[in-house]
Amino acid sequence: MKTNRERFGLALIAIALIALPFVLAAAGTAWVRITNFAVLFVLLSLGLNIVVGFAGLLDLGYVAFFAVGAYVYALLASPHFGLHLPFWVILPIGATVACLAGVILGAPTLRLRGDYLAIVTLGFGEIVRIFMNNLSSPVNLTNGPKGINRIDPFQIGPLDFSASDTLGTLVFSGPIKYYYFLLLVLLAVIVINRRLQDSRIGRAWVAIREDEIAAKASGINTRNIKLLAFAMGASFGGIAGGMFAAIQGFVSPESFILNESIMVLAMVVLGGMGNIWGVIAGAVLLSFVPELLRYTVEPAQMALFGKLLVDPEVLRMLVFGLALVLTMRFRPAGLWPETRHRREMDADRA
Amino acid sequence: MSTNLLEARNIGKRFGGVQALKDVSLTIRSGEIYGLIGPNGAGKTTLFNVFTGLYPRDSGDVRFAGVPLTLESPHAVAAAGIARTFQNIRLFANMTALENVMIGRHVRTRAGVFSAILRTRAERIEEAGIRRRAEELLRYVGISDHADDLARQLSYGDQRRLEIARALATDPKLLALDEPAAGMNATETAALRSLIEGLRDDGLTVLLIEHDVKLVMGLCDRVAVLDYGEKIAEDVPEAVRANPKVIEAYLGVGTR
Repeated sequence: MKTNRERFGLALIAIALIALPFVLAAAGTAWVRITNFAVLFVLLSLGLNIVVGFAGLLDLGYVAFFAVGAYVYALLASPHFGLHLPFWVILPIGATVACLAGVILGAPTLRLRGDYLAIVTLGFGEIVRIFMNNLSSPVNLTNGPKGINRIDPFQIGPLDFSASDTLGTLVFSGPIKYYYFLLLVLLAVIVINRRLQDSRIGRAWVAIREDEIAAKASGINTRNIKLLAFAMGASFGGIAGGMFAAIQGFVSPESFILNESIMVLAMVVLGGMGNIWGVIAGAVLLSFVPELLRYTVEPAQMALFGKLLVDPEVLRMLVFGLALVLTMRFRPAGLWPETRHRREMDADRA
Repeated sequence: MSTNLLEARNIGKRFGGVQALKDVSLTIRSGEIYGLIGPNGAGKTTLFNVFTGLYPRDSGDVRFAGVPLTLESPHAVAAAGIARTFQNIRLFANMTALENVMIGRHVRTRAGVFSAILRTRAERIEEAGIRRRAEELLRYVGISDHADDLARQLSYGDQRRLEIARALATDPKLLALDEPAAGMNATETAALRSLIEGLRDDGLTVLLIEHDVKLVMGLCDRVAVLDYGEKIAEDVPEAVRANPKVIEAYLGVGTR
């Protein structure tokens, strides 16, 4: 049961999220785009959280599923093959293909845990990227390193997501429309995640994370349940990938490097593995802070020293690394840990 | 006349150069408490792990409730109706006591991903049933006060009880307990004993590995003795206690 206070809080958050793009648009459309990418990263983190946070399977190649979703969208809605399917057909296809990729990765790695699993998943992520890079001959499937261009934007009836519409005095630019769409998808993903967490399947995932042998002996088919975790996580990655392709209008293999996998994992770990709200906070934080730095460091240096002493990109990584080290030192379970983990920490202290 | 619940014939298991089990045959009857004793390293836990599908057996066969137990995976064994506890307690440490028992219901319930996402009526009813049964079982083993505590925060004796509750949640026909009294004081052991007797009175069959000879002799209907991977005796406690081979291998003269 929710109290009135909580309802009021939720209503405030909803209003803030709805008003946000117009506030940001005042600061520049770039900020709306940055927000859209932040939401994409939140989606990815929530997907990875199922695998890493719930089931405890360390996955370092998660970006592969993002790539699969993006390429499925690119191939089915671009001049590359001359196919132009509507997005509501492609997104489920992308999710399904990514889901299959998840099972393909999961099946041979079922006996692996921890470091060993991490190495195999890392390899898988690289294999997918290298495939995208090289599948341009003999049959030109992915157009190789050049990537795929002119990908169709979303289109709902007469509503074109690449163009601006005006409603009264409000201007709905393309990014703003995508923002609202992403927000709806995010809402759905959060609901799905929470329901899974509180279900028979969610409990089985946590049981496997806690003690695999005991889980088996208690009647859990660990093989199927693990595959399910990989498949679900991968599906979310695939959906996020499809939207990425549409928003960007262009995909190429270099968007799906190992660094992206590590970034998403860092978001999950920093926020608090297993806790949906923590993971969201981690993803938002790690998406925005670097951008804020990018926009403030340069002017600040120019104002203080009259010249650029430290490249913003370098500083960005420095601050990023420092933040991670500090988090691991002072809040090892993440900024906003899962209740179970937090209680574990308290028990150790007591 | 009671029927045979579990029949094991000529079970053999080898780890490299060690013959852990050699031609072990035994029969557990419905509704009895069956004790398995023997010196350390005699193969008790190995036999246990073979029965519960954790180790594949090298030879022999097992019939359970009249059907051959060919499915070797532990979850299939749990589904067939054998539940177990572990010698070194294996709980889901960072889940609550209630959640631990709810895990035990997994094998008897069916809700999948889609019904969980859609929160179908059937899923909600099943979920409520899981919770109700788990609460019942916590009450049955006497730790319902700790339902919302993390498993790792429970006392040693309560953890043992929680493990039994989790095993019971799978609706077993045979409950296999691996040294449940290990590390318990006299009071805890006495409480455990009445718990196990209660289980038998409720119609459950129990397989008990135990080093506490007094407990085994007082509690069990029949006892088998393993030594160096071989069964050297199987009988009612009085007969086993008087068996010269058993005295030599395990009991010693003093305990007569």
